[in-house]
Amino acid sequence: MDIPARLPDPRKREKKMYRFEYHKATSLEDAASKRSTADDATYLAGGMTLIPTLKQRLASHSDLIDLAGIDGLAGISVDGAVVTIGAMTCHAEVAASAALRDAIPALADLAGLIADPAVRNRGTIGGSLANSDPAADYPAAVLGLGATIVTDKREIAADDYFLDLFETALEEGEIITAIKFPVPKRAAYEKFPNPASRYAIVGVFVAETEGGVRVAVTGAGPCAFRVSDMEAALAGNFAPDAVAGITVSADDLNQDLHASAAYRASLVTTMAKRAVAKAAG
Amino acid sequence: MADRESGIGARVLRKEDKRFLVGRGRYMDDINRPRQVYAVFVRSQVAHGTLKGLDSGAALETDGVIAVLTGEDVAADGLGSLPCGWTIHSKDGAEMKTPAHPALAIGKVRYVGEPVAVVIGETLEAARDGAELVELDIDELPPVTDVVAALEQGAPGIHDDVPGNECYHWGLGDEEAVDKAIDAAHHVTRLELRNNRLAPNAMETRAAIGEYDPVDGMYTLHVNSQNPHLHRLVLAAFVELAPEHKLRVISPDVGGGFGSKIFIYSEETVCAWAARRVGRPVKWTATRSEAFLADAHGRDHASTAELALDKEGNFLALRVRTKANMGAYLSTFAAAVPTWLYGTLLAGQYKTPAVHVEVRAVFTNTSPVDAYRGAGRPEAAFLLERIVEKAAREIGMDPAELRRRNLIPKDAFPYQTPVALVYDTGDYEASLDKALDMADYAGFAARRAESEARGMKRGIGLSCYIEACGLAPSQLAGELGAGIGLFESAEIRVNATGGVKVFTGTQSTGQGHETTFAQLVADRLGLDMDEVEIVHGDTDRVQYGLGTYGSRSLSVGGSAIHMATEKIVEKARKIAAHMMETTADDVDFTQGLFTAKGTNKSMHFKEVAFSAYVPHNYPLDELEPGLHESAYYDPENFTYPAGTHICEVEVDPETGVVDILAFTAVDDFGRIINPTIVEGQVHGGVAQGIGQAMLEHCIYDDESGQLVTGSYMDYAMPRADDLPDFTLAFTETPCTHNPLGAKGCGEAGAIGSTPALINAITSAIGHENIAMPATPLAVWRAMRGAE
Ligand SMILES: Cc1cc2nc3c(=O)[nH]c(=O)nc-3n(C[C@H](O)[C@H](O)[C@H](O)COP(=O)(O)OP(=O)(O)OC[C@H]3O[C@@H](n4cnc5c(N)ncnc54)[C@H](O)[C@@H]3O)c2cc1C
Repeated sequence: MDIPARLPDPRKREKKMYRFEYHKATSLEDAASKRSTADDATYLAGGMTLIPTLKQRLASHSDLIDLAGIDGLAGISVDGAVVTIGAMTCHAEVAASAALRDAIPALADLAGLIADPAVRNRGTIGGSLANSDPAADYPAAVLGLGATIVTDKREIAADDYFLDLFETALEEGEIITAIKFPVPKRAAYEKFPNPASRYAIVGVFVAETEGGVRVAVTGAGPCAFRVSDMEAALAGNFAPDAVAGITVSADDLNQDLHASAAYRASLVTTMAKRAVAKAAG
Repeated sequence: MADRESGIGARVLRKEDKRFLVGRGRYMDDINRPRQVYAVFVRSQVAHGTLKGLDSGAALETDGVIAVLTGEDVAADGLGSLPCGWTIHSKDGAEMKTPAHPALAIGKVRYVGEPVAVVIGETLEAARDGAELVELDIDELPPVTDVVAALEQGAPGIHDDVPGNECYHWGLGDEEAVDKAIDAAHHVTRLELRNNRLAPNAMETRAAIGEYDPVDGMYTLHVNSQNPHLHRLVLAAFVELAPEHKLRVISPDVGGGFGSKIFIYSEETVCAWAARRVGRPVKWTATRSEAFLADAHGRDHASTAELALDKEGNFLALRVRTKANMGAYLSTFAAAVPTWLYGTLLAGQYKTPAVHVEVRAVFTNTSPVDAYRGAGRPEAAFLLERIVEKAAREIGMDPAELRRRNLIPKDAFPYQTPVALVYDTGDYEASLDKALDMADYAGFAARRAESEARGMKRGIGLSCYIEACGLAPSQLAGELGAGIGLFESAEIRVNATGGVKVFTGTQSTGQGHETTFAQLVADRLGLDMDEVEIVHGDTDRVQYGLGTYGSRSLSVGGSAIHMATEKIVEKARKIAAHMMETTADDVDFTQGLFTAKGTNKSMHFKEVAFSAYVPHNYPLDELEPGLHESAYYDPENFTYPAGTHICEVEVDPETGVVDILAFTAVDDFGRIINPTIVEGQVHGGVAQGIGQAMLEHCIYDDESGQLVTGSYMDYAMPRADDLPDFTLAFTETPCTHNPLGAKGCGEAGAIGSTPALINAITSAIGHENIAMPATPLAVWRAMRGAE
């Protein structure tokens, strides 16, 4: 019998991903340059979306460039009417921030509704927004508060940021560095979770801001969107009844085995009503 | 109550939990063998097709790939088909159709996930890389995944030797009597329902390591099995891998099974066989995705039922017609589940004089379906308790009262049902009354009004379930088509200087056997819990066994342990009599102490044990030295746990969200050894039953045959925040025919809870047509009629 000489070490954890090179970037410039010179590189933040897809071999990259070593990308600061959250700030930190809870409690609440404690301690706001999953929570707050996405190249208004399914205004290689949230007069988020994944089937963020009332919906469409009819109605009367009769068309909404488009449309109204009640209460 | 802290009935903490909680359990992932290589299965990505060819060239060139083996290689080595261990006969007397079930597909693929080839690599990555390069040449055929569609004219044929995809068409009960009663009845309630397909989702996925020692020709298979001896038996006698004395099966700590680890699957068969082919130990561990695709699923029935009642609400007859999805091949016990474990339970707790059931078992392009927690009995209880509830609503009688009127009275036992079983004992009304009281059934109307005032819809639902478990009397099982016996064995070795080892043929997958069994033995012998060690899970250490399923471990396995313990006591009594210079009849034994009646002489069990091994003063002319006994216990009958579950819910009419406000379960499990463990079993079972009712669903796409719910993104498992606090209580009518009086508690929670919850939801929304799982979407739709 032919016995090979090389013995596998059974104590070594079994790796399952395709091979890739791992780099820890030291600065934004370093990250961008490493990315542009590699074959097919991508950034790594919390890894909560990226790593599972690599493990399942649904994606493969020649290089992963970790943003975790770059100074100044994590943390929350409140400066009068603006809250700035660094892109590498994890959901747990956002949920637990006392300063944020004072300024925009709805945003801290929202972060606490994302996934589970393990994911919240790894996943980042920058990763969530770069990924722009149609069922992610943060997009509702970013759009609902009229936040600004700050990148290594420019600032992008929330209204210009979400383009389509997993599609944002970010250019190839562009790095989100922070998100600037204006502090609203009042705001609230209502999430209807998917019974299996607990992502949002529908999430509605309602805010009364300096610039007027904003109503943003996640989960229902290909990407987060605003409901102008509801915004107009709430501008006149910030009460649940004002939106109770307003429905969005089911035509362009998502359909899956957990929720039909009609059901999602109905949930948009219900969640909006409840978010208004919460914000007003 | 227990007379000792660790005695029968005491809430002893689980001995095994320390190692589980600190991460020192020994599961398949903790076991690795020297020179081990890794198996990755190439699985069919299409649901149905002709397998024209397979190109392993590129895979074999991959770094670290040692071998690519196929169905032809398996066949060339003479391995047989994976058998179904139970044979069912159709109404017309014909034997069921048992198409070949090769360990690796030959000629055709029949479901997404079916193993077609195995790639063996030095590392897991090498094997995975290789597996991706194996090219399957498949001519796709149209698939059929739905149990009803597969029986329709013109449905794609899955096996050439199974015309019309029908495996069998079985019947039980008096058809004529039922027809007559239904035709003449004052009222007939009709119900059409589906019992949703479930994925078992044990926390530890299936895994195996095959080893072969060419020196003595011995195979060793490590597999997380619920029944290692059954694995050995099937692999030896049916698959013909090796004779039984050349095959050792080791099942370590097992992280959940729920039925799915009973069966003898392709993967472990291939690992054991391939170990010889490649001359190295071969390890395979299912990914969670593979578990969804290739673990045997549960349930998946489509049924119609009619219940006939007279003017007073007495049940006259029940007619049931069921189509049961078998999947693409017959798994190890598949054929028995929708027949003898289902049809026989359709009398429920009721004295319905006539019941007739017909079941058509159907092949489809889906993963095989087999026993899953409750196996057949949840399907029966669901159907029966749904139609009883519906009947009560139709005739305007309180559902609890309708049930009470029809219960088998407690003085009617033993009770012969019209569907073959003889219930030994029970007091169903006692459980019903207790549950109604604990759930404050009488106060429901006020609570409903309070909910309505808040715009919410409140509902309450009952289920009075019964099940047959403690599998099983071997002779009866044999008459009904089983290919194996269903007794259990135990062996007790008392050591000379301390401690007792108990060997059992049952297999814990987390239920706490090491505690319950130790409690039994320690209590009888007057020892501390720590002095009793339970051994299971190794065919070379345990003399024999048939494993754990059908809530049999205590009632059958525990009874064997009880018998072996009694043999120990009787031998020890004789030794003690000799030493105390009296006769065995004059020796009492309590709390570990042998005493000679009418004297002040006594001896502790441990002293007697010492004498058995140091027989200086010993009746050697009468007795052999040593204190070591074994016993085989074959039950006379099944056991019949029964009880009442009551669920109260509030439904949000805007979203369809169901909030379970209260869940009351009153169960009769006969005598209880450890209430904490029993409550844990009920909690887990109820959680699974609620999972089935509200969350879980394996969905195949009709057109492509792909499994749509192949991950936790889409397959919803119950989580702690989906569940209410459970209110539990027990009634007790000890089983009349086993020495422990125990009935079994492992499955009851999953049997009784599902109908109670659906009855509560239908009560809340005033609409009977709700499909399981009653997800928010399903409830919302039901409340609106069609969208
Ligand atoms: C079990 C589970 C449940 C979850 N549930 C929810 C939920 O309920 N709601 C919810 O909203 N989300 C949920 N998520 C997603 C989670 O919030 C992720 O953390 C998030 O979507 C991605 O963040 P990350 O830091 O992990 O990014 P990564 O996975 O590291 O990266 C994601 C993508 O974004 C890119 N990227 C990351 N950071 C930046 C940056 N600063 N600039 C540019 N590109 C960047 C990466 O290159 C990659 O393509 C869940 C995830 C898991 C695993």
